[in-house]
Amino acid sequence: MSKPTLIPIGPYHPLQEEPELFKLYCDGEIVKDIKWETGYNHRGIEKLSESKTYEQVFFLVERICGICSTSHPFAFANAVEEIVGKEITDRTKYIRSIIGELERIHSHLLWAGLAGHFLGYNTVFMWVWKYREPILDLFEMITGNRNSYAMFKVGGVRRDIENEKIPAIRKAMDEFRKKNDLLTGAVMDDPVIHARTKGVGVLTKQDIIDYAAVGPTARASGVAIDVRKDDPYAAYPLVDWKVITAEEGDVFAKVEVRLLEMYESISIINQCLDGLLKTKEGDISIVVKEIPEGIGTGRAEAPRGEVFHFVVSDGSNSPVRHKIRAPSYVNIATFKKSCVGQTISDATISLAAVDPCYCCTERMAVAYDHKSGKRILNANDLIRLSSDKTSELKKNIIRQK
Amino acid sequence: MNTDLVIKNFKEHFDSDIIEVVKKSEKRATVTIKPDAILKAAEYLYKEAGFRFIIASALHTKRGFEIHYHYSLDTTELILNIHVILDKKNPQIESLSNMFNASNWIEREIHEILGINFINHPNQEKLISEGNWAEGVYPYRKEFK
Repeated sequence: MSKPTLIPIGPYHPLQEEPELFKLYCDGEIVKDIKWETGYNHRGIEKLSESKTYEQVFFLVERICGICSTSHPFAFANAVEEIVGKEITDRTKYIRSIIGELERIHSHLLWAGLAGHFLGYNTVFMWVWKYREPILDLFEMITGNRNSYAMFKVGGVRRDIENEKIPAIRKAMDEFRKKNDLLTGAVMDDPVIHARTKGVGVLTKQDIIDYAAVGPTARASGVAIDVRKDDPYAAYPLVDWKVITAEEGDVFAKVEVRLLEMYESISIINQCLDGLLKTKEGDISIVVKEIPEGIGTGRAEAPRGEVFHFVVSDGSNSPVRHKIRAPSYVNIATFKKSCVGQTISDATISLAAVDPCYCCTERMAVAYDHKSGKRILNANDLIRLSSDKTSELKKNIIRQK
Repeated sequence: MNTDLVIKNFKEHFDSDIIEVVKKSEKRATVTIKPDAILKAAEYLYKEAGFRFIIASALHTKRGFEIHYHYSLDTTELILNIHVILDKKNPQIESLSNMFNASNWIEREIHEILGINFINHPNQEKLISEGNWAEGVYPYRKEFK
């Protein structure tokens, strides 16, 4: 084998949450090895958390991720409430689950749009993000913010969803279901998407167990783990829904799982709205005067998988230790399995398939030849490579017909 | 399988290595074991009992360096914390990364922030600071009076 060519993907972009650098070692078109580097922008959130009060930590952890900004407060609330040992009200449970599921929908849509862009389907990108807007509008109506909703606190939520808002949420869900039908139909029937994503970036069941991967990444490989079912919290045990899985473990399976999960989210939201009508308006928190000494482990199913928070309390008003494990931490490591052996044009979508907090994949740097200083590839070149492959496939398929 | 049975089975395997068992609820339990037993305990949980490794949390307390290895049994609601207390002066413990890749990064991270040495780790390089921090300075260590 000749000396492998190094193609760096990353590390910096001012908008990204998790700066990181992927080094793809390639022989011709084929990726032979991948290495991952991080630490370019370590924010020290775990350390910072030790200097904040429990109430302030909610705002801190909400800012870990801009896309799934409610999953961290969700897991933190679960951890702290485990230490407190008090049951929260039913209305709180329903409201928390509604926020969690709306977030799953908008996050999966964001992913689907960007995946479309990487595959060279810019119409998908624009349409899907258009469908996402009404979901963000719902957030604005319910919480006052399109993102970083500041809804959670120990023992409850900060704002109620008044009963008069319920019809508007139902209407938005009905409309979104139609859009999702359209999107799912288009993706499932498109021969070019099949050709680009089936058999690409495959993760086997054993890979998932070995890397302890979670969320849609695991479920697309036939590992049916979902914290909402396995360790039920909030309103998930009170409503009827099912865990979506697929067996193939390739990029297509991950697309399928995410698209079908959005239907489950719509169903959960509608059932939670029914639940809200059965509870008293305004009954959204319990009184928690102090956090006793002890340890608490809380988890929540974020759009990308299990978020895990571990809190050690000494009875004061700040945590002594607060360990946070985001799903991307375990999912990103699977790149070693999913990308090696693929072509560079498939690496873009394979890296994207685990939805590694999307800003990550957008931050592609420029590859220079060290000797001549000449530019070889940049982010747009990589996306272009991927788009070109799709166009080529389209032509071939039309020719065959 | 309920939590009592899980703990009973664990006790049968590692009776002499267990220091303390705290069952907080059906969903949460913490077992403190001797650090020497970590490898065989992990092997039992991963290969025989069907647990998934979530993550490990390390902290510095007056007792020394403590690590909680969090395991999830996804067929039940249980999170089992395997808790070890390491020596104050020379904290070290056997690495689990040769058994499963899931612990590779977190062990590197703990090594970096607390200076705990993971014996036989395949690649104990820095993970989160990329060499930007001074050597021998561990930001999560505390000073106790």
